[in-house]
Amino acid sequence: MSSITKPPIRHPSLQKNALGLSKQDYEGGMSTLCAGCGHDSVTAALIQAFWELDLPPHRAAKMSGIGCSSKTTGYFMKQSHGFNSVHGRMPSVTSGANAANRDLTYIGVSGDGDSLSIGLGQMAHAIRRNVNMLYVLENNGVYGLTKGQFSASADVGSKSKKGEANEQNPIDPLLLALTLGATFVARSFSGDKQQLIPIIKAGLAHHGFALIDIISPCVSFNDHEGSTKSYAHTRAQSVELVEADFVPLRREIRLPAQHPAVSVVKLHDGSSVCLRATDGSYDPNDRDTAYQHVRACQSRGEVATGLLFVDEAARDLHDMNRTVATPLAELPFEVLCPGKGALDTLMARYR
Amino acid sequence: MSAVNDFALKIATVNGTGSASANGLLMQAIFRMGIPVTGKNIFPSNIQGLPTWYEIRVSKDGYTARPPQIDLVVALNPETYAKDVATVRAGGYLLYDSSWPMDDELARDDITILGVPFGRLCIETFERDRTLLRNIAYLGALAALLEADLPLVEKMLSERYGKKKALLAANQTAFRLGYDHAKTQLPCPLPFHLDRMDATGGSILIDGNTACALGAVYAGATVGAWYPITPSTSLMEAFKAFCQKYRVDAESGLNKYCILQAEDELAAAGIAIGAGWMGARAFTNTSGPGISLMQEFIGLAYYTEIPAVFFDVQRCGPATGMPTRTQQADLMSMAYASHGDTKHIVLFPANPNECFEMSVTAFDLADRFQTPVFVASDLDIGMNDWMVPRLEWDDAYRPDRGKVLDAAALEKVKKFSRYLDVDGDGIAARTLPGVGGKGAYFVRGSGHDKHAAYTEDSDAYQEVVDRLARKSATAALAVPSPAFDRQDGADIGVVTLGGCDGAVREAIDRLREQGHRVDLMRIKAFPFAPAVREFLDQHATTFVVEQNRDAQLRAMLAIETGAPRDSMMPILDYSGLPLTATRVVAAVASHLSGATV
Repeated sequence: MSSITKPPIRHPSLQKNALGLSKQDYEGGMSTLCAGCGHDSVTAALIQAFWELDLPPHRAAKMSGIGCSSKTTGYFMKQSHGFNSVHGRMPSVTSGANAANRDLTYIGVSGDGDSLSIGLGQMAHAIRRNVNMLYVLENNGVYGLTKGQFSASADVGSKSKKGEANEQNPIDPLLLALTLGATFVARSFSGDKQQLIPIIKAGLAHHGFALIDIISPCVSFNDHEGSTKSYAHTRAQSVELVEADFVPLRREIRLPAQHPAVSVVKLHDGSSVCLRATDGSYDPNDRDTAYQHVRACQSRGEVATGLLFVDEAARDLHDMNRTVATPLAELPFEVLCPGKGALDTLMARYR
Repeated sequence: MSAVNDFALKIATVNGTGSASANGLLMQAIFRMGIPVTGKNIFPSNIQGLPTWYEIRVSKDGYTARPPQIDLVVALNPETYAKDVATVRAGGYLLYDSSWPMDDELARDDITILGVPFGRLCIETFERDRTLLRNIAYLGALAALLEADLPLVEKMLSERYGKKKALLAANQTAFRLGYDHAKTQLPCPLPFHLDRMDATGGSILIDGNTACALGAVYAGATVGAWYPITPSTSLMEAFKAFCQKYRVDAESGLNKYCILQAEDELAAAGIAIGAGWMGARAFTNTSGPGISLMQEFIGLAYYTEIPAVFFDVQRCGPATGMPTRTQQADLMSMAYASHGDTKHIVLFPANPNECFEMSVTAFDLADRFQTPVFVASDLDIGMNDWMVPRLEWDDAYRPDRGKVLDAAALEKVKKFSRYLDVDGDGIAARTLPGVGGKGAYFVRGSGHDKHAAYTEDSDAYQEVVDRLARKSATAALAVPSPAFDRQDGADIGVVTLGGCDGAVREAIDRLREQGHRVDLMRIKAFPFAPAVREFLDQHATTFVVEQNRDAQLRAMLAIETGAPRDSMMPILDYSGLPLTATRVVAAVASHLSGATV
């Protein structure tokens, strides 16, 4: 993954967050993706969300696999540790890291190839383990780094740049996640910051695996007529289900003035996310509703976006494994080793 | 030569019928009589209904390898009668269940055939659990035939079954059925039998998987990731049991460990590496097929320099192979795991005692060298009960966590460069996530320079991989040194590793008795210590004993030391069964006689 260091220029009047950090402090290396790539918009949204949440960069870990999307963890929060693992295997590395240190904030960035083809099993099982992490799936329906092959999320009939049509059924990560018992399921569009940023913030606050499928057009290989993951297509077909505004625990709520009826979902860390259903009746706590809605949109050729499902009562990896509150990596050796006395006693069992 | 406390028996049964319990009890009784004993379970890849055998070797001299011959076969599975009758040495005995007649054609003139109607006795006596109790009945007959310490065996029966009165009574009755029948109807004791000794006091009976798991607990491992696979499964089961005993917080009831059963071996490796990156001591346990699946991740951990311990309890390959048979055929796939230029630290325990020690050593080496470390066990070591010196622990032990810069150390450095070798040993300092901003770096499997930055620059790339080679050279000096057994004026050198040890040492005793002058070197680790090359240079002829078809250890010796391949005679056993001394002696003798002709 390549990146270029950005010049460290700071305007003195840059707005600071509660940690005294400017938004620039949350930036990373210069992106080497193609100009206009949807992924860069997602990176910008992530930076905005981290800054607004006062996330201490050194307490976050950036996780990724291989692909254009996975490169983007180099483009934000340069003061965070990052792990660019092997293709499709970011979920297992994150599971292990989280098992060892439950106190860090885990930000996983993946793509449709990384998550839905080579890494489908890993994503599925990270969902089942309910690893406490944000899982951003930058979905463009195409393999960019290898120049334009269809991915597993390409819609039937979607055309490649060369005009070839895809005939295999797509995998919808949201339907899959809902089936697997995911506890936070959302979709957004890289070009819709207003919707995306609050969803990212809610996903970060969620206690468990937070999946955000982000339609992120590939300008080089999948932003042409005939593509269902293009800017034009997504803007035309996107059906926003729930408008979300995230309310961190630490800061005053900043809702738009003319806010309609909102439903407030309390997140595990005490913060809450406000949801506004476009039709006013959507219940984001019901898995079946979410599933049916995504299917219904699909059948109409529309893309359901918004926060579709959230379950804040769910148990995460550590709850299920009943681990102690102190990160395992920080437990002193003295409390881990039973010592000579215990071994001597134990030896009687093998006589 | 007295046959007291020096014989072997083989019990043929059907798996899933409870015979393992009776066999284990017999072995333990012999052990508690102070007599050195070893058991080898030869079992099918199946849960219930297929032939299975258990070999017990009683050796006053303390030999632990598979026995050179079988003095007594206990044939309880008609399906394998023909094979079992043929197994008995000339002059030996066969004990079978005479409830049903055995085909006359199977009889041999040169052995004594003894019958006890175990099945009929149990049917006549018990209403239920007759199959299970038949095992205890044959245990009774063996106790009589071999002159086991009766009060001891009866005490052990009540230890094992004493929790339920009815169960204990039934087992005691079954035991007496067999014992009394043998005592009154058979020539007790047999010419080879037991006699109390005092040679097991400092020893225990334990399997290698249990010992590896205990080592992981003592080393302070907190994250275990795995995918179930024979023959490594019991390692994680043991780790879990020990953690439940030693690692549950007394106040909160919460666990100071996390075991994740992954979706496959790839994920298991990923979890171990993720946890190792975070600073936890983490491991995964698997067997050959799992090692194949983990290759990509192993290369990533090697290149990004993340510690993790991999227990490979080897079985017969290739492919699914024979999952319940033993082999040492993953040597090269561990040593050179993954694509690109890689070389890994591999430890070769010879028995469960070393499994415990090397498990701890593996975690220290992984941390110190920031790299994957393999513990190359095998099915024979991992799943069979071995008599070994009791495990010892020194409370002064503290883990070697290697060069890790904490927050205070980071304060003192101007700039942190993750892959910069400051002191010339090839090892760069690492930082752990969560500690501080200055220590942050990007772990990447793609080309990187010494500052951990992405690079496609040839020089910057080579600088890092050359340092990794230097690190490997440093590791060769830090891994456990070979074990030697030298004899003055020896011209023959025998080289071996791992679980071959017992059979090879026994073979060397035989060879020396025959007048040969032989030196032994048992290699304990890869990369090879300098002493390995020296040993090869010192002997005009060496024999390399290992359990695989392609002489993998010999190939590695040739690659790594430059010793001429043809000067190293391979002695190979890839049958899937543990090695015997007989095989080694025969191979050496055959070569030497050929050489003198």
